[in-house]
Amino acid sequence: MSETEPDVIDLLAGIPKGSRLDGVRAERKQARDNAQKSYEALLAPKFPGGVTAEDRYAVAAFVAGLHRDARIVAFYMDGLGAQDRGRDVVEAIMAEIALAAADGPYGSYPPGPLTVEDKSGPVHKISEANRRALGARLSAALEHAHLLTFHPRDATPAALQSLLDAGWSTTDIVTLSQLVAFLSFQIRVVAGLRILAASVSQA
Amino acid sequence: MSETTIAVSHKDRPVAFTQDEIGWTPWLMPLSEDQLTERHWAGLVDASRAKSPYFMLLARDPKILEARTKTDNDIFYNPAAGLPRAERELSAAAVSRANGCIFCASVHARFASTYSKRREDVQRLLDEGVSVGIDQRWNAVIAAAVALTETPLAFDQRQVESLRQSGLDDLAIADVIYSAAFFNWANRLMLSLGEPTPPAKG
Repeated sequence: MSETEPDVIDLLAGIPKGSRLDGVRAERKQARDNAQKSYEALLAPKFPGGVTAEDRYAVAAFVAGLHRDARIVAFYMDGLGAQDRGRDVVEAIMAEIALAAADGPYGSYPPGPLTVEDKSGPVHKISEANRRALGARLSAALEHAHLLTFHPRDATPAALQSLLDAGWSTTDIVTLSQLVAFLSFQIRVVAGLRILAASVSQA
Repeated sequence: MSETTIAVSHKDRPVAFTQDEIGWTPWLMPLSEDQLTERHWAGLVDASRAKSPYFMLLARDPKILEARTKTDNDIFYNPAAGLPRAERELSAAAVSRANGCIFCASVHARFASTYSKRREDVQRLLDEGVSVGIDQRWNAVIAAAVALTETPLAFDQRQVESLRQSGLDDLAIADVIYSAAFFNWANRLMLSLGEPTPPAKG
């Protein structure tokens, strides 16, 4: 990536060069640079391996949609539309976001003293119509992304086995998990800094 | 080559939040040291992490592991101004308590206790949950971290205002945002790629 590549968090949060928040971000330069490198490693890798660029943007657009952040959804949908065959799945991802809405975090604890804190919520299955457009492999990744986004404490080895059975390798699963988990970070930093930027500074 | 998950015994698994030193075991096969290339070692950043099955599993994608580790290090270890380390750890512990990551909460509650020297207050967060009332400033940090943990996010001007009233400046508030956001990354990996194990005997 070139030096002129825009910082995606600044872009999505609306932080212009020279602004108050630009100064705040400069105080944590290594975090700023490596959040950007994380984005590049996950969304624009030189060697994508078993997880194609189209897969990555489809998952990213879906996860952004689950967070209901219009600006970030638009960013990743545009990225998805720009991939070979990406445009074919944009509509299915949009439809699936609407079906997958929930409020997290929820989920169950291992049986014991925390069981009283168990909170139920939906387990998402990709609809038959959209599964045809997305394929079984990507559908499995999106179902896992929903689990990680809304109810990660429900995760089990069986959930990983479903991904292996759908044709993802162990290394692919590490990449997909990092992608969903990174987006959980990026979306929170963007939304948080936007709120901070809009607040009155008492410098 | 067909790949499978690793069977784990649930005997004595931790079922409550604790500051004890518990362990973690993966559900997918980590790399072994003899499989590591230069790129993998670079991804680990700190060579001692080759002893950790968690980092050896994440080393399968070394580029993102390296960038993630350097992000983590700056958010938590950069001592320049902003939020004191104790409260960055408090934020991480509160997020882990809200998401339900028993392992992450144990590590970062312990760090919060070490740096704040307020072990009892930290324990109350673990025992009573994120609605615990401790003092104005810690309540504000916990409430902000928890609002940032909801999906969709519940973070708004109320949390920022409450942090400002507790004496936090822009950089300190940004540190709350970064540390809470980062643990939403960490919790999802720890919760979904393996599970906590009991403290080592001894």
